[in-house]
Amino acid sequence: MPKSRVIHPWPVRLTHWLNAIAIIMMIGSGWEIYNASPLFGFTFPPLLTIGGWLGAAIAWHLACMWLLVVNGILFFGWTGLSGHYKKFFPVSPRAVAADLRAAFTFRLRHERGVYNAVQKLLYIGVLLAGVIIVISGLAIWKPVQLWFFSDLLGGYVVSRYVHFFAMAAIAGFIVIHVLLVLLVPKTLPPMITGGRIET
Amino acid sequence: MSPIDRRNFMLRALALGATTSLGACNYEDPQHPDLADNFLHAMSAWNDRVQAVLFNPNALAPTFRPDQITNPPRFNAFYDISQAPVVDPATFKLTLGGQIQDKTPWTLGQLNALPQEQQITRLICVEGWRVIGQWGGTRLGDFLRRVGADTRCKYVSFQCADGYYSSIDMASALAPQTILATSFLGAPLTPAFGAPVRLRIPTKLGFKNPKSVVQLAVTNVYPGGYWEDQGYNWFSGS
Repeated sequence: MPKSRVIHPWPVRLTHWLNAIAIIMMIGSGWEIYNASPLFGFTFPPLLTIGGWLGAAIAWHLACMWLLVVNGILFFGWTGLSGHYKKFFPVSPRAVAADLRAAFTFRLRHERGVYNAVQKLLYIGVLLAGVIIVISGLAIWKPVQLWFFSDLLGGYVVSRYVHFFAMAAIAGFIVIHVLLVLLVPKTLPPMITGGRIET
Repeated sequence: MSPIDRRNFMLRALALGATTSLGACNYEDPQHPDLADNFLHAMSAWNDRVQAVLFNPNALAPTFRPDQITNPPRFNAFYDISQAPVVDPATFKLTLGGQIQDKTPWTLGQLNALPQEQQITRLICVEGWRVIGQWGGTRLGDFLRRVGADTRCKYVSFQCADGYYSSIDMASALAPQTILATSFLGAPLTPAFGAPVRLRIPTKLGFKNPKSVVQLAVTNVYPGGYWEDQGYNWFSGS
C-alpha cells in the first residue's frame, strides 16, 4: 500500500473554522461600530452588519475577540511546535511572480497538499494582518492601560485607521480565498475531512 | 452583575438573533433572556473582570498641549444640545448618598474652594471619535476621603440633572486623574457640557463621564447606568 498523509491535520481544520466564525462576527460587528463614527465618506449597509445598534455591536465585538485571539494563539502555537509553518516557506519573489503570471493566465495548477508561491504569500500576509488587527484593536480598546500598543502605532487616532486597513486586507483576502475555492472546489472537502494524499 | 432590566438591549441585540433564528424568547420578560443575550451578558461581565485586573492606577491617561485642544468641544448626549438641562449655580447642591459619613450637601462655591487642578486630556467616545479638552476641578479621591466615604465599597454612582446616571468602580474613582470638574478651558462649565459639576475620568470612555451631577453615592449594590443598562459594557475603561 502506498504511504499517505493527511492534507490538513485536525488542528488546522479546527482553528480554520473557529477562525471563520470569529472573523465573520468581528467584521460584521466591526462594520456596525464603524458606522457610528465613520473614518471615510461611506458607511456599511446595515444588512451586512451584526448587532443592529452600536451597543450590541460592541458587545459582540468584545465577546468574539476572545474566540479570535485564543484560537489565534492555539493556531500559532501549534504551527510553531509542529513545524507546520514550514509549508509557508520559502517564498521567493521570483516564484511569486511566476505563479502570479500563471494564475492570471489560468495556467497555475493546483497541487494537492502543496502551497504555491502566491498561496504562501497570501497566507503569510493574512496571518500578519491578523496580528496587526489584534494589536491595533487592543490599542483602540485600551489606549491608556495598554499604551505601548497605542504608542507603537502612533496613537489612538492612527490605531483606528490601522485597524480599518487590517480589516480591509483580511476582507480582501476572504474574497480571493472564497473565489478560489469556488474555482477549485476540490480544495474544500479536505478542509472538512482532512483528506489524504499519497506521499 | 445584578439582574437588571435590559429590555432595550435584548430587543436590539436580537437583531442578529432574529436572522439566525436564535430569537425564540419572550422579549418582554427580562428574566428570560435568550441564548444570545445570556452569552453577551456573560462575556460583558467577564470583560468587566478582565478590565478590573488590567486597571493600573499608575498608568496615567496621556496629557496634551494647549494647542491640541478641540475647540469648540463636541456635544454629545441622548438628546439635542438645545435640551441640555440648565442648573442654577447659585442654588445648586451636590447631594451625597450611600456609605458616606458626612452627607451634608455641597454648594458650587464649596466645591470650588477645594484644591483645584487642571488637566488637558483626551475624551474618547464609545462611538470612536475623540476630543481633547482642558478640565479643572478637585480630585474625586480627595473629595471621597474628605466626606468620609467608605472607599472599600465597590461603586461610586452618579445621578444627573437630566435623568442620566452612571457608575464607576472604586479603583478608578480613586485614580489621580479622576476629578469632579467645574471648569473647561479655565471658565465655568456651560450647561451643555455639564454645568455646574461633572465627572471627568480620562481612563474611561466618554459616556462614563456624567454631566450636571446632582447626586453622588458610594455603594456595594451595582448601580448600572443609563447606557450600561441597555448593553454598553459597564467598566468601559480606556
